[in-house]
Amino acid sequence: MIDLSVNFAGIKAPNPFWLASAPPTNSGYQIMKAFEAGWGGAVWKTLGVPVVNVSSRYGSVNYRNTRMMGFNNIELITDRPLADNLREIEEVKKYFPDHAVIASLMVESKKEWHQIIKDVENAGADGIELNFGCPHGMCERGMGSAVGQEPEVLKTIVEWVKEAATIPVITKLSPNISHIVDPGLAAVQGGTDSISLINTIKSIVGIDLDSYAPYPIVDGKSTNGGYCGPAVKPIAMNMLKDLAQHPEISKVPISGIGGIETWRDVVEFILLGATSVQVCTAVMHYGFGIVREMETGLRQFMEEKNYKTIYDFAGKALPNITEWKHLNLKHKVVAEINADKCIGCDLCYIACDDGAHQAISLPKEAENRIPSIIEENCVGCNLCALVCPVEDCITMVKKDDGTEHITWHERTMNNDVPTTFDDDRAGGKGHFVPKPTDALK
Amino acid sequence: MAEYKKPTSEKEFQKNFKQKKPLMNATEAYYEASRCLFCYDAPCIQACPTHIDIPLFIKQIHTDNVTGSAKTIFDANWIGNACGVVCPTGVLCEGACVYNHQDVPPIQIGRLQNYATNTTIEAQKDIFKIGKSNGKKIAIIGAGPAGIACACEARTLGYEVDIFEAKDKPSGLTVHGIAPYKITNEEVLKEIKYLQDQLKFDIKYNSAITSKEQLQKIEKEYDAIFLGVGLGKTATLSLEGEDKKGVVGAVEFIEELRMKHHKTNVPKKVVVIGGGNTAMDAASEAARMGARKTVLAYRRSKEEMGAYGFEYDLAISAGVDSLFNATPIAIVGNGKVEGVKFAKTEIIEGKLQTNMNNVFIVRCDMVIKATGQAKQGSFYQLIDDLEIDTKTRIVVNEETFQTSNKKYFAGGDAINGGAEVVNAAYDGKMAAQGINQWLLK
Repeated sequence: MIDLSVNFAGIKAPNPFWLASAPPTNSGYQIMKAFEAGWGGAVWKTLGVPVVNVSSRYGSVNYRNTRMMGFNNIELITDRPLADNLREIEEVKKYFPDHAVIASLMVESKKEWHQIIKDVENAGADGIELNFGCPHGMCERGMGSAVGQEPEVLKTIVEWVKEAATIPVITKLSPNISHIVDPGLAAVQGGTDSISLINTIKSIVGIDLDSYAPYPIVDGKSTNGGYCGPAVKPIAMNMLKDLAQHPEISKVPISGIGGIETWRDVVEFILLGATSVQVCTAVMHYGFGIVREMETGLRQFMEEKNYKTIYDFAGKALPNITEWKHLNLKHKVVAEINADKCIGCDLCYIACDDGAHQAISLPKEAENRIPSIIEENCVGCNLCALVCPVEDCITMVKKDDGTEHITWHERTMNNDVPTTFDDDRAGGKGHFVPKPTDALK
Repeated sequence: MAEYKKPTSEKEFQKNFKQKKPLMNATEAYYEASRCLFCYDAPCIQACPTHIDIPLFIKQIHTDNVTGSAKTIFDANWIGNACGVVCPTGVLCEGACVYNHQDVPPIQIGRLQNYATNTTIEAQKDIFKIGKSNGKKIAIIGAGPAGIACACEARTLGYEVDIFEAKDKPSGLTVHGIAPYKITNEEVLKEIKYLQDQLKFDIKYNSAITSKEQLQKIEKEYDAIFLGVGLGKTATLSLEGEDKKGVVGAVEFIEELRMKHHKTNVPKKVVVIGGGNTAMDAASEAARMGARKTVLAYRRSKEEMGAYGFEYDLAISAGVDSLFNATPIAIVGNGKVEGVKFAKTEIIEGKLQTNMNNVFIVRCDMVIKATGQAKQGSFYQLIDDLEIDTKTRIVVNEETFQTSNKKYFAGGDAINGGAEVVNAAYDGKMAAQGINQWLLK
């Protein structure tokens, strides 16, 4: 029997699928609708002193026939009075006592923090999330990512919060920083109960070629937005890994955010150590109903792998992520083309010839378009397999027998690495490259 | 089985002759374009008689450079808009699309091509440049696709061009001889107008060249002459009773249909004789004009028909019945057609034999002969030293399209005995380059 329920730093929820603090959690109506649809928790649209928003708030990056591969927004925190939000939090909790309702907060002074914490606790919130991530508008006023980018300030505010809070505190981090461990560690040292990441990334998603204004355009002008959606997932996962591998930070649970849309995304985030996930863009694109796909997919995965709870596999990918210098230099894969599956687009040929290592050749006869691998030139880079439009047509086949193992680190220890510009130990020495003038043929 | 009601108005005609390749809208074009793999040395380019850089123009549609896309198309094929819809793409570019090897529908290249050119034509974008005048003049006989293509190319090379056209409309069989469900008259004519408006060549309508004197005058006034004269009227079958009222040639029938639409008279029962693409068109058209019974009769087997399989399927889907291995031996009727007398045929020792013991009559009110067009043999005799092959086709140099009379160049149906619009477009363009080479030598 699979049990999807989570206890995230003391916040209990029937499943790990939570809505991130964003437009889909602007009101009690939306959150009740989401819970009805199957979401286990929701982080309320950030509360604070209500703002005034602009019209024209979102922009998107479309790729090929996919809309909103990347998405950005210049919307601020809630523009609704606090009292309205508090009343709705209370109502939601009345109908859904077992679901997680988390209040995202963003205020300035210690006094305001203490007051608003008391208010949301009285309304029945199960937890608090500190918005130290918003990279547009609010940061100009010294809040949001302005805090997330200053570990010392962040730590102080976490301490203020912890003085007052009796419910679990999640600190939400900004990715707009070169080293995510710094604010992560500051949050833990400030006493946070948990961390969530990533918030949005500062972005310009496109420029109108007539008015020369970036999207979204507000009366001919714009500002940087916060980027999210499927495009940011790889960045989010790397930051999640950085925190989850850190000995101090990993003591608190982490809620994963950033481009999550499918069950596979959810599983990947959990494998990197997240024990709840938060979703926004996918809901803004497809509505609350997508949670059905996430839940059935996660259950199917767990059933096939024989996991009872998400904790059974949380963080399972972390031991396999190491530094480059510890990778086995003796591992060798070579591309193999399945001629029966090949459709003759020859994208692998041109990708390899122009973009990689000239390890694919075309047949002499014009009518035959099936390329072949020149094994001695193939460095096993994967590019051909990645560009191939046919599933399982190009595979990377292991060629070493697995008995040899040496890393850059070990070679360095053995003084066996190239040290001069023309060192004989250069990895590419003697490797085939065509003559420059062959390009002109 | 009759599928169509007799059209009594233009609206009903349009319904019966609904366009097979309707104009794409921008969204459909965008999504379809996004599927293109951008194959290396793409097979679709090789399959196109004019070698349009198809992956490039598709990419240009996808990146919203529709004008650039149209330019890519016209750079290779001056009749690019019509070709997009009238080309047998299933056996040319789309037939070569690598998706066919993956059991995935090929890219709709023809419709994308038509989308790009049509959009550009409708927007009246100027994309062509007349070449710097070189003081030389070219006369073109015939304003069909070969002649128009030759004129356009010659104008970009700086020649003065006059086209002599026997009829009152340009574009030859594209407007007079193509099935109305493939392209409308308006669509054909607007492309020619678009080309003419920018490239400023003169077309002298109702100016048939039929005498030696006319040719001598042209030879004197022009530096080179291009023959894009196509083929003649439907050839005679030398059948008993062929002169009866109601016996028409397919070319003449289709021309009347294209010009008069629903006002064309098609009786209840029609027999179409022939096994080529024109026969399929004529049969399909008779059925769409409301004939209760249309019989397509071919003297050999279905497999031996010259027509493309898809053209046959189209005729059958319009309700046409087929009769194979039957050759007409006489047209019967009292003054007007009442039926066709057929004899069954069989292949004996590799030769088609008529079995006069197996003779029967198919009752009908109209006979359409789609058994090939007569060649312009008597016209060719007016030109000194013009070499003609055994099939009465003008012999040209394959690269320059120059005839045995150096001053004359030729292309289109006159040299290939009857092929596609796209072949004529290619010939005309190459002939202009051939003329250029010859005159500038």
